[in-house]
Amino acid sequence: MIDQSALGREGRPFELDVERGKVREFARAVRATHPAFFDGERPISPPTFLTTMFFWEKDVDGANPWAALGMDQRRGMHAEQEYVFHGPPPRAGTRLTARSRITEIYEKQGRRGGTLTFCVMVTEFRDADGKLVAEAKLTGVETAQPPEPAGEKP
Amino acid sequence: MSAPRWSELREGVGPEPLVLGPLTRTDFVQYQGASGDLNPVHHDEPFARAAGYPAVLGVGMFQAGALAAWAAAWLGPENVRRVRVRWKEPVWPGDVLTLRASIARAYEESGERRVDVQLACTRQTGATAVEGSATFVVPA
Repeated sequence: MIDQSALGREGRPFELDVERGKVREFARAVRATHPAFFDGERPISPPTFLTTMFFWEKDVDGANPWAALGMDQRRGMHAEQEYVFHGPPPRAGTRLTARSRITEIYEKQGRRGGTLTFCVMVTEFRDADGKLVAEAKLTGVETAQPPEPAGEKP
Repeated sequence: MSAPRWSELREGVGPEPLVLGPLTRTDFVQYQGASGDLNPVHHDEPFARAAGYPAVLGVGMFQAGALAAWAAAWLGPENVRRVRVRWKEPVWPGDVLTLRASIARAYEESGERRVDVQLACTRQTGATAVEGSATFVVPA
């Protein structure tokens, strides 16, 4: 059962340094070959690079409000992920401050019966001037029954 | 590789599909190290079997990330403004994935040229593992 009171819960802010080595390592791991992801002092981060936030939020207690949902890990999956950029994606050498919030909890009837509960967490990434650079939107789903695996655990 | 010009970006246009694989456990581990998602279901075979899976499960964000980065390489990594992915089916060691992208819509908005792109990652069975969409700006 999803704890509805988690709606609106906000995590504590944490820093994500967009580091040159990490950008290149990540680009290689997703099999990217475009030189913009590798070359120069400030390579650009690949579109899904901000998923590395899960490394750095662990350094800050209370950074991730997702746990407040109480999602059953055996029935929970990562259903959908979105990144929005308010300009070019961040380049190496950018220090971002990130903050996550539970923004939606809603239910749908599953095709094979049972109720699906969707939970959405939005993380905002701001630069040193406080300008909104990017947003990550994670949608997780808890199924009524342990599902056939279709995604990954959030 | 230079990005295609605005006049070339008609609905249905896309790059040659990219074939990735056969995927190995090493691919999963490399991605997990790079991303920080250390869920053992993606690299620990006894753990994955105990959870009811026939083998370690592919990392959803690996195929999603490969798809997004490949599309960004086509239209310019600095031009990405939005990417959305949805997982339809899991990926397993030995899978051969095909990445596809095509223009869904070309339009002008707020004085900028933009394209919406449809993304898909299919398995060797033909089934879709990931579907997605993206928005890019197209510099003059």
